[in-house]
Amino acid sequence: MAKEEAIEVEGTVVEPLPNAMFRVQLETGHKVLAHISGKMRMHFIRILPGDKVIVELSPYDLTRGRIIYRYK
Amino acid sequence: MRRSNRLVAETLQALARRVEPGVTTLELDRFAEAHLLAHGARPAFKGYRNYPFTLCTSINEQVVHGLPSARKLEEGDILSLDMGAVVEGYHGDSAITVPVGRISPEAERLLRVTRECLERAIAAARHGARLTDLSGAMQGHAEANGYSVVRVFVGHGIGKELHEAPQIPNFVDPERGRGPLLKPGMVLAIEPMVNAGGPEVRVLDDKWTAVTADGSLSAHFEHTIAITENGTEVLTTLEGAGA
Repeated sequence: MAKEEAIEVEGTVVEPLPNAMFRVQLETGHKVLAHISGKMRMHFIRILPGDKVIVELSPYDLTRGRIIYRYK
Repeated sequence: MRRSNRLVAETLQALARRVEPGVTTLELDRFAEAHLLAHGARPAFKGYRNYPFTLCTSINEQVVHGLPSARKLEEGDILSLDMGAVVEGYHGDSAITVPVGRISPEAERLLRVTRECLERAIAAARHGARLTDLSGAMQGHAEANGYSVVRVFVGHGIGKELHEAPQIPNFVDPERGRGPLLKPGMVLAIEPMVNAGGPEVRVLDDKWTAVTADGSLSAHFEHTIAITENGTEVLTTLEGAGA
């Protein structure tokens, strides 16, 4: 079954916040509040300031997102 | 992963043999569900975001997520059969587009090119390649043949969930960079959706069925593949069984 496309944007982590939330500076210039996807939490993928990540944004609220990938 | 994907491939082939004028898509759905349950699997789509069926049956201008119904297949239709199965928590997902009886040369060409798009994407899916290499291979081949690829639906990673990261567009957006590197262990469902006309689609009032906005024919093929150290393995195929 095909997946509905969500908006994915690359960004850089600026600061870690409580509750596995991060502030991410997007390539588009916007700053968003992003939480980390459940799968990444399960596999204990550490995210530090300066990491390049992919954030999935909801078309409905562009100020919040979900970190779905961290570049090595 | 191997078992669920192989079962999907077997079921799709059994379904393809049942496709002929006069058969309803609901009958195909019932068969698919019974076949999965009889083999210890569970339909992956049924219940997914409240999707009510085992199969997606998309006829002619329907792109994906067509709902099985009492509609009878007619000579000359093209029918996309898309199905997922879960075996012991692991998902399999594949799709084929099959002709109903004799179809027009244009429809035959669309099916062939869409299948070739999938083959080219699989050939490009190697350890060390980028995700966008796959996307570019599909888009390039479709557009070189005067067709367009659907943009609002994408392929996806697959495993314990039906839809996992990354999403796999069938086109390249230069603004989004080159996409992640492919590495051993990744399992991906690649699914080119190719329209004979423009790329735009709209979703019908049933909230599921996606059709081409211009009413042109659309075809859809999907394989689940695994990236391994020793090359890429197509999991949803019956070829090379036991290898």
